[in-house]
Amino acid sequence: MVELGKYAGTVLAAYGVTVLLVLGLVALTLTKGARVKRALEAQEKRMSKNG
Amino acid sequence: MTALLLRDLTLALRAGGGFGLSLAFFLIVTILVPFGVGPEGGTLGRIAPGILWVGALLACLLSLDRIFALDHEDGTLDLLATAPIPLETVTATKALAHWLTTGLPLTLAAPVLGVLLNLPVPGFFWLTLSLALGTPALSMIGAFGAALTVGLKRGGLLLSLLVLPLYIPTLIFGADCVRRGVEGLPTATPFLMLVGITLGSIAILPFAAAAAIRVNLR
Amino acid sequence: MSIWEYANPKKFMQTSAWALPWVTGLAVVTLVAGLIWGFFFTPDDFRMGSTVKIIYIHVPAAIMATGTWFMMLAASLVWLIRRHHVSVLAAKAAAPIGTTMTLIGLFTGAIWGQPMWGTWWAWDPRLTAFLILFLFYLGYIALWEAIEDPDTAADLTSVLCLVGSVFAVISRYAVLFWNQGLHQGSSLSLDQEEHVADVYAWPLWVSIIGFGLLFVSLVLIRTRTEIRKRRLRALEARERMA
Repeated sequence: MVELGKYAGTVLAAYGVTVLLVLGLVALTLTKGARVKRALEAQEKRMSKNG
Repeated sequence: MTALLLRDLTLALRAGGGFGLSLAFFLIVTILVPFGVGPEGGTLGRIAPGILWVGALLACLLSLDRIFALDHEDGTLDLLATAPIPLETVTATKALAHWLTTGLPLTLAAPVLGVLLNLPVPGFFWLTLSLALGTPALSMIGAFGAALTVGLKRGGLLLSLLVLPLYIPTLIFGADCVRRGVEGLPTATPFLMLVGITLGSIAILPFAAAAAIRVNLR
Repeated sequence: MSIWEYANPKKFMQTSAWALPWVTGLAVVTLVAGLIWGFFFTPDDFRMGSTVKIIYIHVPAAIMATGTWFMMLAASLVWLIRRHHVSVLAAKAAAPIGTTMTLIGLFTGAIWGQPMWGTWWAWDPRLTAFLILFLFYLGYIALWEAIEDPDTAADLTSVLCLVGSVFAVISRYAVLFWNQGLHQGSSLSLDQEEHVADVYAWPLWVSIIGFGLLFVSLVLIRTRTEIRKRRLRALEARERMA
């Protein structure tokens, strides 16, 4: 393990905030993408069945 | 163009036109500050340039949505868009009317309110001058923001969010001009920058505002 | 074969579907490599101690925060001039990423500033400029959300992006004039005098490339989502008409 000295809290907090924000953005992007993709597929299936 | 200007001025001055509202708002903000900060003259005098500029800016913001919203509701805007004068001229004229009914009165009221805030004597000249030359930019930027949000039902809050970041440079140079004037430092740089922003806004933003209105009327 | 062929949504979907795994994989690899290299294998700075490790996220995030706005500006221009829907949807997709990067830059900066400058927040020109940039992003996203008709929204946000860019640049110089800063000069200029030492610069470059690839990957995913959403709307409208 790397020795961070007296600034350990600072460095870890900075990395933690970044990881949280990036993961949040990625999660939001992926869930929204999946939701829209599913909705579009359902819509296309329904339309090809009906007409 | 003159007819449009006169019409806008008459509408604004008539009762319910909201002419006095921004002035009253400016007055109230200025009166509230000492209650928040404390009555000590030295502190008030030091923050007076900034408070007066922020107050004038917020008061200006208050009346922005009236620039196009009422004309949009009753269909005047559609007529203006098809009128023989270019839409760019219309937006510039509307901004001018807005300045004559808010910016100019605010400028004239500011020195009086400066007395309340214990503004040091050399500040009065620079306060009046910087507001007189800076508020046209506020009106023009505001007209652009109003043009963007004209089709929206509740555009007022969004308008503030869009316009306030655009106001930052004007505020910085305007308030700094007064502050330097108070401290007896040379004011040429912020003053020239302020004038530059105003002239630049008047030169460019009528086109952007007209483009936004054309999109909204489509 | 010209670049404009990629403006066709179908062509874009095909190409991006092919490119996405590669870009994403490369982004993860460089990001992990750069950050691990920086976090575990660089020495502490004699003055800043271990806080120097924050540079590997702070600087790339700040670069991406401004870079995203420039990308949005370019995409908005392409939309206004050539009216390619993919372009403006990419700008829309990029805005939340830029906002997040700006937030990361601000937060890591505040955390770093606390032990180094003795304060969480100072009205330093660069901090202030990023705060203003954050407001611009908020306004841009809010305008997208507020307007229902997609083409009207695309036009108005593009105009806002153009005008906003001009004022963002003016603000940048206005705050520079307004207050003197605590920040050091440029960390990565070619001028060796103020350059950070090579031990720090190499992992920093890798991190910057990693952040850049992450941005590209996210923009691709989000743009694909936007295109699907637009198609979904069109299909729903057609169904209602029938």
